[in-house]
Amino acid sequence: MSGAETSHEGHEGHVGIVLVSHSGPVAESVARLAVGLAGGDVKAPVAAAGGTPDGGLGTSAELITEAARKVDGGAGVAVLVDLGSAVLTVKALLAEGDELPEGTRLVDAPFVEGAVAAVVTASTGADLDAVAAAAGEAYSYRKE
Amino acid sequence: MTAAAASVDREAARLTDLDSAIGDADHGSNLQRGFAAVVKVLEAEPPGTPGAVLTTAGRQLISTVGGASGPLYGTLLRRTGKQLGDADRVTADELRAALRAGVDAVAQLGGSAPGDATMLDALDPAVEALATSFRAAAEAAVQGAEATVPLQARKGRASYLGERSIGHQDPGATSSALLFSALAETAGEGAAR
Repeated sequence: MSGAETSHEGHEGHVGIVLVSHSGPVAESVARLAVGLAGGDVKAPVAAAGGTPDGGLGTSAELITEAARKVDGGAGVAVLVDLGSAVLTVKALLAEGDELPEGTRLVDAPFVEGAVAAVVTASTGADLDAVAAAAGEAYSYRKE
Repeated sequence: MTAAAASVDREAARLTDLDSAIGDADHGSNLQRGFAAVVKVLEAEPPGTPGAVLTTAGRQLISTVGGASGPLYGTLLRRTGKQLGDADRVTADELRAALRAGVDAVAQLGGSAPGDATMLDALDPAVEALATSFRAAAEAAVQGAEATVPLQARKGRASYLGERSIGHQDPGATSSALLFSALAETAGEGAAR
């Protein structure tokens, strides 16, 4: 349920996307949504890291590192997160230095909209800067 | 660490009660799980220096807690441990300087300052009072935690409650006070209360 799930096998040269939520089903559903909305041409590997390993609500450093390693194809990994402890855990793992693959970045973006933008952009073969920028731009789309 | 774990164990229900008023009711059980894991790993492979004990413990908290207190306390212990380096023995002054670095790292990670009704309201005065004694630090932490009651929470889940968070003692500041009491106890100066 809460395990990391790769929607696509890691492709060399594509930025990997990791979606971290407090909830396993949310992370997995957003991964499916982003891959679905990206259309038939999803080349970027996407993995969900939601909830705790026992299926509860929360953040798991273990699931996050596992997901990041799974999608790492050498071009960098963009990590999108939902709330509180998800943000802090990824920041703390990045501060550790050797926990996450080299070129892993916490992307400041809205979770759902950012995930769609990141998957679409990464699938074009764009680099990590471009993926992060596209995901972050989702903040500028206001809803009223 | 064993004293901290025992103290967290004793008070887990109270921490969770405080957290159920303004948070998601998991602070006590999260820390209980985290510190149990810390004790286990320290018993299995006892690190050789105080600095290594703290970095190992911090690493364990980040990976096992599951809530925001994991990366926050994990960062506190890791940064403090790294600052201590690999010295075999540590003076009170060295510990105070290292804890200062640890607390600053927590403030940076959480983007918060004293007065936001977070663990910093206990940690910050405790490190200041450490210049006097371990006991003074523990007392300052307890007072700091109690002083969060009239504050409006500005960070974490409690911040969504806005003014309704006023009147509740912050669970993170409360657990921080427990940890400083455990430190004082271990240093042979008695717990704050």
